[in-house]
Amino acid sequence: MKNKLIVSVSPHLYSGESSARIMWAVTLSLLPAGIAGIIIFGLTSLWVILVAMVSAVLTEAVIQKLRRRNLTIFDGSAVLTGLLLAFCLPPAVPLWMAAFGSFVAIAIGKQAFGGLGQNIFNPALVGRAFLLAAWPTQMTTWIKPWHNFDGVTGATPLAESFTGVSYTDLLIGNRAGCIGEVCIIALLAGALFLLISRYISWHIPFSFIATVAIFTWIFGAEGLFGGEWLFHILSGGLILGAFFMATDYVTSPLTNKGKLIFGFGCGLITAVIRIWGGYPEGVCYAILMMNAASPLIDRYTKPKRFGAR
Amino acid sequence: MKKLFQEFSKGIHKENPIFGLALGLCPTLAVSVSVINGLGMGLAATFVLLGSNVIISSIRKLIPHKIRIPCFIVIIATFVTIVELIMAAYFPALSKQLGIFVPLIVVNCIIMCRAEAFAAKNSVGRSLFDALGMGAGFTLGLVLISAIREFFGAGRLFGYVLFENYQPVLTLALAPGALLVLGLLLGLSNLIFKKR
Repeated sequence: MKNKLIVSVSPHLYSGESSARIMWAVTLSLLPAGIAGIIIFGLTSLWVILVAMVSAVLTEAVIQKLRRRNLTIFDGSAVLTGLLLAFCLPPAVPLWMAAFGSFVAIAIGKQAFGGLGQNIFNPALVGRAFLLAAWPTQMTTWIKPWHNFDGVTGATPLAESFTGVSYTDLLIGNRAGCIGEVCIIALLAGALFLLISRYISWHIPFSFIATVAIFTWIFGAEGLFGGEWLFHILSGGLILGAFFMATDYVTSPLTNKGKLIFGFGCGLITAVIRIWGGYPEGVCYAILMMNAASPLIDRYTKPKRFGAR
Repeated sequence: MKKLFQEFSKGIHKENPIFGLALGLCPTLAVSVSVINGLGMGLAATFVLLGSNVIISSIRKLIPHKIRIPCFIVIIATFVTIVELIMAAYFPALSKQLGIFVPLIVVNCIIMCRAEAFAAKNSVGRSLFDALGMGAGFTLGLVLISAIREFFGAGRLFGYVLFENYQPVLTLALAPGALLVLGLLLGLSNLIFKKR
């Protein structure tokens, strides 16, 4: 009898979940979009993805060695950062640039803050923002889909206008853009998997996308209430950003109310940059800015203790 | 003599204005785009620091305590005006590049800090060496940051192009680059000088 009473501290239930499993699940859910990107833009995008992933893992290993920490390169977080970074790079980007972006993402975006769980900003987006500021020309040179070998350049639909690209094209990814953002169907399949297996909750993507839709519908065109909101949802990196980047556990608020506010802020900044800003796309900066605000959001949406006034 | 040398050397490593005291970061971030700018700013600040420290410490007993800050400002502003006019006369290009940041030396934290915390309490000799050390430390820090930013951000040093076909990391030449380089160097200097 004595041996059957085990006295231990909480937690008493263990689900078998770990950050490594979550990371690998998200990586898995991004695979369809990656394969679609490789098919659409050709093998160059495969090399960009591989180089970004390898560089991220190497950087993580070297810095953890230098900081005399345990090597955690197999928990998938560095792989995921590299993959996400590659997904928001143009397919024709030079390989050394992808490698450098991953280095910045891991070294400055993540390890400088203390590693996994300590970073303020989404590391992949830090890498992308750095690259965009450092080499604006290469980072905004897009190639048209299905021109694998001659590399015909073309603008993204967001930079041009919504005429000339049908919604079907946008859904299957028949447009110029970043490697991982173009094929909406593949992204949605991955997002559905994450939602059903409860790795992400619906709050951030829903309020993010809904806010962008509402604001682009109201202000997107001359006069009010005439904007092409569906076009704004399907083009650019909104789906990729809303489901896979804004929902990053480390850099987004904890409570559901906080997540809704976070998504609203992301959507608002995205819409403002897209409609009035100097850049055609604003998802990256919107998420980075709201990352900075998420500790504050957490503070104001702290749930009340039971019985507290 | 050894003590005087200590006053000098502390400004370079242990109490380096940029990396140790984190003072005067505004001009540090703003003008450290090229080595020439950094060097010019550092030397200008050193000159003002030298002048103000010596004058303030020599008349420190005459300055009424309650209005000491206005008195310091008047003395500092005198030297800043001298620097500004000399620079405009002999180095017009540099003066144009540094722009508002030369007059702003008047309110530079390093100079105010050394006047208030050191020159107002110490002898002329010690204040002189303190000013030299602080000025050297500030100049060194500025040159280091601006050398890194100019090298990577523009592929140049002292204005000379170093590599052909180099695609500069523009981020480092822009404002965020100043913060990144400063942060990394601060971390590095903590690693070296404050071993725990």
